[in-house]
Amino acid sequence: MHEYSIVQSMFDQIEELARERQALSVKRVCVRVGQAAGLDVSLFKTAYDTFRVHTICEDAPMEVDEVPERWSCPNGHGDIQPGRRLACETCGRPARLASGDEIVLERVELEVP
Amino acid sequence: MCDSCGCGDSDLVPVTVRERILVNNDRAARHNREHFHDQGVAVINLMGSPGSGKTAVLEATARRLSGTASLGVLVGDLATDNDARRVRAAGIVAEAITTGSACHLDADMVHKGLHRLPWRQLDVLFIENVGNLVCPAVYDLGQDANVVALSVTEGEDKPLKYPTMFRKADLVLLTKVDLLPILKDISVARIEENLSMVMPRPAIIAVSATTGEGIDAWVQWLSALREERRAAAVVRAGH
Repeated sequence: MHEYSIVQSMFDQIEELARERQALSVKRVCVRVGQAAGLDVSLFKTAYDTFRVHTICEDAPMEVDEVPERWSCPNGHGDIQPGRRLACETCGRPARLASGDEIVLERVELEVP
Repeated sequence: MCDSCGCGDSDLVPVTVRERILVNNDRAARHNREHFHDQGVAVINLMGSPGSGKTAVLEATARRLSGTASLGVLVGDLATDNDARRVRAAGIVAEAITTGSACHLDADMVHKGLHRLPWRQLDVLFIENVGNLVCPAVYDLGQDANVVALSVTEGEDKPLKYPTMFRKADLVLLTKVDLLPILKDISVARIEENLSMVMPRPAIIAVSATTGEGIDAWVQWLSALREERRAAAVVRAGH
């Protein structure tokens, strides 16, 4: 259940940002989460909704953009489908995770005076 | 303030952040790694399910390297310092990090744990993570390598069920292989096949802490990492 710890880290990050910008409140939070990042998105959303009460994010709905897991050949022989050996069928090189590992705070909407 | 009419209403401003949410953990992990690299200590983040044999592997490693290498362990557990006491009994310096309710170690907990351990004198520092195949995979601690203990009793499809953990592994120690003769349905080849579907560079050593099988190969793997770190520290010191 590290989703709760990650939500806490995100609150710290957003509070710092809000302080820098002297924001009155946060109105929206947008996050990008990769499907191979080891984060359960529904748990993450539940954790966010549970803990945002009495924080600066109280009035900020969270949008989560899920990024698909994509593996590719480092030699440029195209994508490798998950569910099989993670090596390029053409050259045999180990596949590289091209996307899907991210847990990123993408954007926030701040209410400023 | 609304400038156009002076009504005093607030404005909504979109701010692009594009920063990893674990940025603070990443910073602490970098700090740990700098320390480790300066001192030339090889650091392993040892992960695996509860009961996968992490502590037993450490005990077997201590027995094999007794007198030839200085080993230390930071042991993460929700409660009790039983594992720390076990590895101490095997002759390794150890400190427990009791996480309370946290299901993983983070870089800051490791940093605080280091203050209680004479880690600068070590050749290899093991960070035995909380027994869990999900959460520890997400947190960088400053280690050189991730090693995951997977016991043959856990079933062949563990790698497919917990892909993130195994994807991030530099080495999988397939533990308790002395039990294979009585586990009729378990095939090591199928475990290896499943690992190759989640690990782009599958590296597996089959070991038994009970019989000592595979411990030599594991110790050789450790020695190679240790040499690499020591050589790199000499280069760093020269700059």
